[in-house]
Amino acid sequence: MKRAVKMTRSAKIITLLLILFCLVWTVPTAGILITSFRDSDAAASSGWWTAFGNLKDFTLKNYDEVLGGQRFTVGTAGGGTAARRGASMGSAFLSSITVTLPAVIIPIFIAAAAAYAFAWMSFPGRRILFAMVIALLVVPLQISLIPILRDYQKIGLNGTYLGIWLAHTGFGLPLATYILFNYISTIPRSILESAFIDGANHFTMFVRLIVPLSVPALASFAIFQFIWVWNDLLVALVFLSGGGQMMEVVTVRLMNMAGTRGSDWHLLTAGAFVSMILPLTVFLSLQKYFVKGLLAGSVKG
Amino acid sequence: MQIQRDRERKELVVRTVVFTPFSIIVMVGGFLLLRNNPMSQILTTLFAIVWGTFSVLALFYSMNLIVQLFPTRKYNKIIPFVFVGPAILIIGWYLLIPTVRSLVLSFMNRNSTAFAGLENYKYIFTDSTMRTAFGNTVLWLLFGTAFAVFFGLLTALMAERSAIEKLGKTLVFLPMGISMVGAGVIWKFMYAYKPVGANQTGLLNALVVAFGGEPKSWLGTAPMNNFFLIIIFVWLQTGFSLVVLAAALKGVSEEIKEAARIDGAKEFTVLMKIVLPSIYGSIVTVSTTIMLAALKSFDIVYSMTNGLYGTEVLASQQYKQMFKFLDYGRGSAIAIIILLAVSPVIYYNLKEFNKREVF
Repeated sequence: MKRAVKMTRSAKIITLLLILFCLVWTVPTAGILITSFRDSDAAASSGWWTAFGNLKDFTLKNYDEVLGGQRFTVGTAGGGTAARRGASMGSAFLSSITVTLPAVIIPIFIAAAAAYAFAWMSFPGRRILFAMVIALLVVPLQISLIPILRDYQKIGLNGTYLGIWLAHTGFGLPLATYILFNYISTIPRSILESAFIDGANHFTMFVRLIVPLSVPALASFAIFQFIWVWNDLLVALVFLSGGGQMMEVVTVRLMNMAGTRGSDWHLLTAGAFVSMILPLTVFLSLQKYFVKGLLAGSVKG
Repeated sequence: MQIQRDRERKELVVRTVVFTPFSIIVMVGGFLLLRNNPMSQILTTLFAIVWGTFSVLALFYSMNLIVQLFPTRKYNKIIPFVFVGPAILIIGWYLLIPTVRSLVLSFMNRNSTAFAGLENYKYIFTDSTMRTAFGNTVLWLLFGTAFAVFFGLLTALMAERSAIEKLGKTLVFLPMGISMVGAGVIWKFMYAYKPVGANQTGLLNALVVAFGGEPKSWLGTAPMNNFFLIIIFVWLQTGFSLVVLAAALKGVSEEIKEAARIDGAKEFTVLMKIVLPSIYGSIVTVSTTIMLAALKSFDIVYSMTNGLYGTEVLASQQYKQMFKFLDYGRGSAIAIIILLAVSPVIYYNLKEFNKREVF
């Protein structure tokens, strides 16, 4: 009895410490969330923590400009002025989705097939090829950008969605193979053997057994890749810049907001928040799978 | 028996002859169509998802059909290459060949027109900026990895014993979904610096001033600014280490822990002797992943300080040499050095695979 009481007291202390830790971890994000609702002059002249002192500084203007495009007036041919709106986050959002979904789906099966072969088939060169795949995990992808860009210009893939999907596929494959190998190699041998006795060939085996059994690992790679591709700036800058403004993804648009039209800090905060919504939603809703798939093999017992 | 086998074989041949050309047409047709970008965005996305999934599966299916035409012994010999083939080819094109090319380029001059011997490597090991970059990269590797793993483990242990397990995890986890560009915006508001007397808009300086100190330019003074950059990295990565380790902790047997407690072991002893050893594998995985991220990431440095004030790291130097100074020789040489630097980690991971007897 006494022990139980003591446990709850330590639990209370631990909870308190954890709350403190979470607070520290959340404050930076909370700061820009508040700033994103503040008037630009107020944001530039005083800290965001003072915002609650003068509530009239709160505004939705930043979000309006980010989502609907910046408002500015231009001179018309007749000598008057007309109001126009700049590029909005909306089209960039759509473009990001177009880039991200296929770039997540295409590498999954390719990697799963390779992982299956590495884990369950024996063939000459297996160790070397696998070591190569793992070693390439560490290649900084900056190495590839210029050679691949040259190849793309030759075959007409520069500035196309297809080009960037393939690039993300190439860069994501080592990690995908690594995660899926970890998982697939822990599938009990007996399951596979009994399927072979029933006369299954490797393709049926792959589609009917390996893929369904590896769903957690597939999902965990999918989340990884989704967040990585969605948040990527470099690959998009290099391979999509030939495609014009309609193809700009969210991160690129965000960068341009800071750069080309002066430093619109107040807009950056709202923009940053809009760009986070989707990856965070995906992440939080699929958390469970993320961990399950990632952990196979490294946990015993 | 013989008749049935003949019939099966005939069927196989028919299926191969029909399906293989069909899938090739779909694959090539889709490729050409997508290359020309004729459709609206939403249509392109939908088409790509269907086309991509179909093409990949059809590729394996038809290759499998073709190989099945051979006798079983041959089939078993060829089929592994069908399965690893696409991955190896793509990885070869996008990563391996560029790496080999970089190795060659690293021995050439800046625009790859003449052989330069070890000139680039000599530069890397003697130039003063490069030496700073080396030192900083070591800081990133050591402190970035250590703190991210430590905080992850700490919060995982706390979350398990606290009343707010789920909420706590989620909050620490959140930064993982944020892009480097976004994180840059966020932390500029933390580190912002205004001269003495002015209203501080950065939280850190506001706190310092509130306690009677003088505002500092956090990112402008070496060598401490490196640590302020590493804090951003730790902030982004701790969530990853937390979720993985928290799940690993769930796998530690309750009975063994309870047995040790009954034997009079203190909570700390249980942690060190039972809990940590049983999640060792996960700790290795997490550390490896974070270490690789630390070595490759240049975005934080690039967006926060652009490598000024002595914050350069290897990855940011490599990017600069390659894309700003257009010195392919030096850029490639740095990339090769990064690759060499991580090879021990990779070797260790492969050895762990060996231990698990999957090889």
